[in-house]
Amino acid sequence: MTTTQEHAPNPAAGDPGRPIGFGRLQRKEDPRFVRGKGTYIDDIVLPGMLHGAILRAPVAHARLVSIDTSEALAHPKVLAVITGKDLQALNLAWAPTLSADVQAVLVTDKVRFQGQEVAFVVAEDRYAARDALELIDVEYDMLPPVIDARHALDPGAPVIRDDIEGRTDNRIFDWEIGDAAETEAVFAAADVVVAQEVVYPRVHPAPMETCGAVADFDPIDGRLTLYETTQAPHAHRTLYAIVAGIPEHKIRIVSPDIGGGFGNKVGIYPGYVLAVVGSIVTGKPVKWVEDRSENLMSTSFARDYIMQGEIAATKEGKILAVRTNVLADHGAFNATAQPTKNPAGFFSIFTGSYDLKAAYCKVTGVYTNKAPGGVAYACSFRVTEAVYLVERMVDILARKLEMDPAELRLKNFIKPEQFPYANKTGWVYDSGNYEPAMRLSMQMAGYEDLRREQREKRERGELMGIGVSFFTETVGAGPRKHFDIVGLGMADGAELRVHPTGKAVVRISVQSQGQGHETTFAQIVAEELGIPPESIDVVHGDTDQTPFGLGTYGSRSTPVSGGAVALVARKVRDKARFIAAAMLETRPEDLEWEKGRWFVKGDPSAGKTIAEIAFGAHGTVALPEGIDGNLDAEVTYDPPNLTFPFGAYICVVDVDAGTGHVKVRRFIAVDDCGTRINPMIIEGQVHGGLTDGVGMALMEIIAFDEEGNCLSGSFMDYLIPTAMEVPDWETGFTVTPSPHHPIGAKGIGESATVGSPPAIVNAIVDALTPYGVTHMDMPCTPARVWEAMQGRARPPV
Amino acid sequence: MQISMTVNGDKVTREVEPRVLLVHFIRENLGLTGTHWGCDTSNCGTCVVLMDGQPVKSCTVLAAMADGHDIRTVEGLAAGGTLDPVQQGFMEEHGLQCGFCTPGMMLSARALLDRNPHPDDTEIRQAISGQICRCTGYATIVRSVQWAAAHPPGWDTGADAETDDGAAGGAIAEEVTA
Repeated sequence: MTTTQEHAPNPAAGDPGRPIGFGRLQRKEDPRFVRGKGTYIDDIVLPGMLHGAILRAPVAHARLVSIDTSEALAHPKVLAVITGKDLQALNLAWAPTLSADVQAVLVTDKVRFQGQEVAFVVAEDRYAARDALELIDVEYDMLPPVIDARHALDPGAPVIRDDIEGRTDNRIFDWEIGDAAETEAVFAAADVVVAQEVVYPRVHPAPMETCGAVADFDPIDGRLTLYETTQAPHAHRTLYAIVAGIPEHKIRIVSPDIGGGFGNKVGIYPGYVLAVVGSIVTGKPVKWVEDRSENLMSTSFARDYIMQGEIAATKEGKILAVRTNVLADHGAFNATAQPTKNPAGFFSIFTGSYDLKAAYCKVTGVYTNKAPGGVAYACSFRVTEAVYLVERMVDILARKLEMDPAELRLKNFIKPEQFPYANKTGWVYDSGNYEPAMRLSMQMAGYEDLRREQREKRERGELMGIGVSFFTETVGAGPRKHFDIVGLGMADGAELRVHPTGKAVVRISVQSQGQGHETTFAQIVAEELGIPPESIDVVHGDTDQTPFGLGTYGSRSTPVSGGAVALVARKVRDKARFIAAAMLETRPEDLEWEKGRWFVKGDPSAGKTIAEIAFGAHGTVALPEGIDGNLDAEVTYDPPNLTFPFGAYICVVDVDAGTGHVKVRRFIAVDDCGTRINPMIIEGQVHGGLTDGVGMALMEIIAFDEEGNCLSGSFMDYLIPTAMEVPDWETGFTVTPSPHHPIGAKGIGESATVGSPPAIVNAIVDALTPYGVTHMDMPCTPARVWEAMQGRARPPV
Repeated sequence: MQISMTVNGDKVTREVEPRVLLVHFIRENLGLTGTHWGCDTSNCGTCVVLMDGQPVKSCTVLAAMADGHDIRTVEGLAAGGTLDPVQQGFMEEHGLQCGFCTPGMMLSARALLDRNPHPDDTEIRQAISGQICRCTGYATIVRSVQWAAAHPPGWDTGADAETDDGAAGGAIAEEVTA
């Protein structure tokens, strides 16, 4: 069932303007943030704390000949200088990545990307630590770098990972999915086949707060307290136990307020490990916070997919099959953060929102002399790349068939009665109703009027473009039997305690980076128990205080942890029924639930509220056998499937024919994330993702020169949209609940980042139709658009 | 060297190295961690504070350059426990998510409203165009500032608005905001 109605607030108790459960609600975390009282990593100051700084390689590929640290050590404020050789002695020079590879914590043999970690200085203050970096003398023996992934597998290409025994080339993996033969047969028989190389350039999540850590190792107790910018505190705890050999019960990870993550704060970076080593070596707390250049050059990146796309259709516009061959640049170490069995993440959902006869893809991952990473920037494990590819291909097909791109999509959508829908690459889409979302976006945009305006403008030589995209995501990994990260099943826990006075604390395993978990999860408990969100505190971000779970990324918090919270609240509600029955001296089955209380069927005046039941549970009521004297519960939620949010986006651009400058004039976004918990927060998530889309489509790229110098190492070079580059977003929604999620909700955190880039690029290419342009790669900077207009469109470098 | 300045109405005097940046002085010497740091190149604006009523990027101002000036940080926005309308507006209109850019955005908004109590949306966007937000997409920040414009200080009590900003002081602010 699809609706366009918000969940009605239930003013059962309290102010009717404030929902007891789902509905628009101001955020519980905002009062501290607007007063400047958030606690971010760099706000943490411990007694006697020292400061660390990392010396980084100035070149992309070079053998390390020697390091002289004597002058740095002689600096009066320096307490330690740590090199790769020191780490080798501790067996910490290399650390396992999240993708079954290893990554150097500090260089021991050779440098493999510019900005790689070479030495770590610990000093009394941050200025002294930076000063001392200048005093370290390093000698390098230069090697030819591999920068362009297209040449990574050339015969004779330098072997980047000669640290791995027996390795003779730069191939990481070949992975394929779908039926190649069946797809070939469909292509061979198709009326129309269109092929296009589509590049998704390397970009960076660049949260406003960079990554950092404060490590505090207690040598007496052998206990490590590590404050970290992490989206996954529990997974980190387990990994540190494995990497550093510290018993897991002696490790406490605290993830404080996080100043944006977008996937940048999933991995374990050398800087975090070095802060720990620094604390062990000096016996004092050590803080390390990267600067912006370090962030852009070393901690993670996103995308870098070169995709050869093909699409087959009948001449009437029935899409039959899609096929792609992908070259994936993973940088110098395979450190992508993604489920173990999915080396290309969830790219296999490149079949999009369409009912196809066949699909096939092959992905080849290669090493290059660039920073490691690849899964980040709100990508839903590479659904960004998948959606971008299929939505560009559908537009190119529409041009070939001379069909309207919206009409072509409408003609090919999976129909509502086909859900749950098994696609050709192994996904089972839980629910969807695509046409109403598409129609709503067209209605909001005034699609026909826009096309009319475009025709008029074209006659006057003005370049106006209208771009459509329709995306389906797969988020909320996931069922433990299918998805794990380094062997840890992707489930999440929740614990709920209702105190005697009816106030509650819910402890969750996921970690907000701004998504508003303290509000959303309180609202889920409120919806289930009927107590106001203000009476429910959400505890997160501290492994000593919360149950185990895999953390926040891939839009999984609501699909997984949200399910856990709903179920733990239901468990408490069920328990409350037994206690209420004891208090009312009746049988549990004679009670009926209404939001906030159990009452006797047929006698609504005889009932007990959750607060009364909580007091009874902790009080002197004679409890039934098997019922403990509390109103607490815990669960670990293993979702039966992922959730499949979707949306229809329309972008209107104006292109300056003289300069190639693109202005995004309007952007209409209709999202369907199932049940809507807090529409205000959902809208905020969508707005942020749309801005990411403008950034990637128009200006963001991590670029390199031929020698491997990173050309995007500051915000002067890596451009991010300001308020001047984005329009006032126009958002709408439909509601198609997930059939398997406890409250019917789907993820929303990354939908707009996934869905918006193709809408913008489709609009730009549409605008450039009079110039014969059928495709151009991002970023669509004025210079690159202008080149495309001259018939010289080229892939980004 | 010794420097003195007024910070959120209080006179402070400290010994600092001449090279210390104002952002580090505020955060580390004064312990006011509501002012953030995000880029070092004067692009992101998470470090914006008001100097003599004008927004400046405190990562690009030496603490020594603030000697003798009036500094206002996010901690000085609320007056006597009452939130500035800008702070209230950001909560009402979801003008923040992770909260990292928020102090700088609110201070720029306060400076805008002090010189232009009824800005249009474009003027608001221009006022924050030297600052980056990665979460909100800016539209809700614009709405937040409009909320503040519609609810000047004292709107709910009928009391006269009272701001403790210093008079706009031009020359130095212009030098450092380039």
